[in-house]
Amino acid sequence: MIRFENVTKRYDGAREALSNVSIEVAAGELAFLTGRSGAGKSTVLKLVALIERPTRGQVIVDGRPLGKLGYHEIPAHRQQIGMVFQDNRLLNDRSAYENVALPLIISGIGEREIGRRTRAALDQVGLLDREKYPPRALSAGEQQRLAIARAIVSRPKVLIADEPTGNLDPDLSLEIMTLFRRLNEVGVTMLIASHDLQLVQKFGSRRIVLSGGQVSSSDTVDRAAGVGT
Amino acid sequence: MSTGIWLARHAQNMLGALGALSRNPVGTFLTVAVIGIALALPAALNVLVQTGKSAAGNWSDVRDFSVYMTPATPLVRAESLAGELRKRSGIDSVQLVTADAAVAELGKDPVFANALAALEGNPLPHTLVVRPAPEMDSEQLGKLSTELQKTPDVDLVKLDLQWAQRLNAGLDFLARLGWIAAVLLGAAVLVIVGNTIRLDIQTRTEEIEVAKLLGATDTFVRRPFLYLGLWYGLFGSLVAVLILAISLWVLGAPVARLAGLYGSSLELAGVGLGTLGAVLGGGLLAGWSGAWLAVSRHLSGLRPKD
Ligand SMILES: Nc1ncnc2c1ncn2[C@@H]1O[C@H](COP(=O)(O)OP(=O)(O)O)[C@@H](O)[C@H]1O
Ligand SMILES: [Mg+2]
Repeated sequence: MIRFENVTKRYDGAREALSNVSIEVAAGELAFLTGRSGAGKSTVLKLVALIERPTRGQVIVDGRPLGKLGYHEIPAHRQQIGMVFQDNRLLNDRSAYENVALPLIISGIGEREIGRRTRAALDQVGLLDREKYPPRALSAGEQQRLAIARAIVSRPKVLIADEPTGNLDPDLSLEIMTLFRRLNEVGVTMLIASHDLQLVQKFGSRRIVLSGGQVSSSDTVDRAAGVGT
Repeated sequence: MSTGIWLARHAQNMLGALGALSRNPVGTFLTVAVIGIALALPAALNVLVQTGKSAAGNWSDVRDFSVYMTPATPLVRAESLAGELRKRSGIDSVQLVTADAAVAELGKDPVFANALAALEGNPLPHTLVVRPAPEMDSEQLGKLSTELQKTPDVDLVKLDLQWAQRLNAGLDFLARLGWIAAVLLGAAVLVIVGNTIRLDIQTRTEEIEVAKLLGATDTFVRRPFLYLGLWYGLFGSLVAVLILAISLWVLGAPVARLAGLYGSSLELAGVGLGTLGAVLGGGLLAGWSGAWLAVSRHLSGLRPKD
């Protein structure tokens, strides 16, 4: 579902953030992208979402080589993948409901359908009773769940998340990860970047470890184990 | 996207932009006022030109030549010249005003009567009043005038048309000035709207960036700002028309009185449909383009780098 073929990414002037990286995440898989800060995790996700383009190599998502997509095809591509951003990027001058509805408005879906799907997504992350609040009125864990609701509201086949548990305590982190697992079980392919090796290990899904812009190890089999120990 | 949803989106954006303007009434008022003044200026020049044209039109049928014979030219010579001219094409009529008739006419005024009585002979020449045919254009009239001037025994040819030509030339100049003003001030409106919307964009950068990350097209991001630009253009145009209408109303009476002093019934041209359309169209176009440029500039900074 997500495939990197010998991808190298060099930001202007800087050294290579990714060097000759080849990764494959199969459809329906839940994979963690781990490694130290600066290893290149966010860069991988940005290449998937076409926020950045590779310097060399090919990124293929859902059978589409992204190199072939022009500027005007980027929106349609982004509408088809769900994204949870590093700093969650929720809009504080809008309600929780409006934040989650935004991707549907962007996709040009009818008002009634927006209402139905938005509430369903809010329900999935347990925030239906918070729909009128702005994100800043929610707790850190709730905000992260809201960001996830926004990422899944369009029912994407692929979901990418950048440090979704970054500023959460271990209990809340586990709660978020459990939520991801539940979504994965209904068939969403997931690539989750996290520098929290302990949490990832505890979770026991497939890991792709980046180090200095290169893949240092990658579990080949999905070892999908149960949650926690 | 279905047409219904598309229409609903546009309506939402249109009303949303109006709401945004109403939330900042002072800022909106100032921007709209500046746009209105900028649009009113070329429109006012246009009204002035229209007024002048109708005035010139009223007098353009007064195109008579006065041909003064050299003093002491015998009457028969004047009569024969009048006869020659009457036969020419391009001339409607020739009226001979003899020196005696002119003196008699002048003598009706007591002031002149005394002065004339003090003179020995008749100081006035015979005069031919030549009325050219209406189809004669100004070039042909000019030629006729030079030719008459060269005729023996003719002292002076006075073309009454000259002042009207000068007025027309002045009006042409003014009309061109109006066009230049319209282009420059239209550009100014574009810059004003562009800058206002640039500031508006700056307060919404996060929203725009998130929308782009979630797959919004440039069109989607642009739309609310384009409506904002259109509203600015519309309200600015209305203010311009209001300024114009009030100015004309204030100036109408004095202009009529002034014209009355010259025995004319000059009236200021009103804010015609043409002017109205031009102000409205210009305002909307400049508002829309200003917004388009401002958003496009911002969006080009959000493109993914290769
Ligand atoms: N926009 C950028 N411009 C220049 N260098 C960047 C940019 N983004 C990331 N980098 C560099 O690329 C490398 C990988 O960064 P990143 O992908 O963010 O790593 P991670 O997410 O694993 O912390 C780092 O050395 C970082 O400094
Ligand atoms: Mg990162």
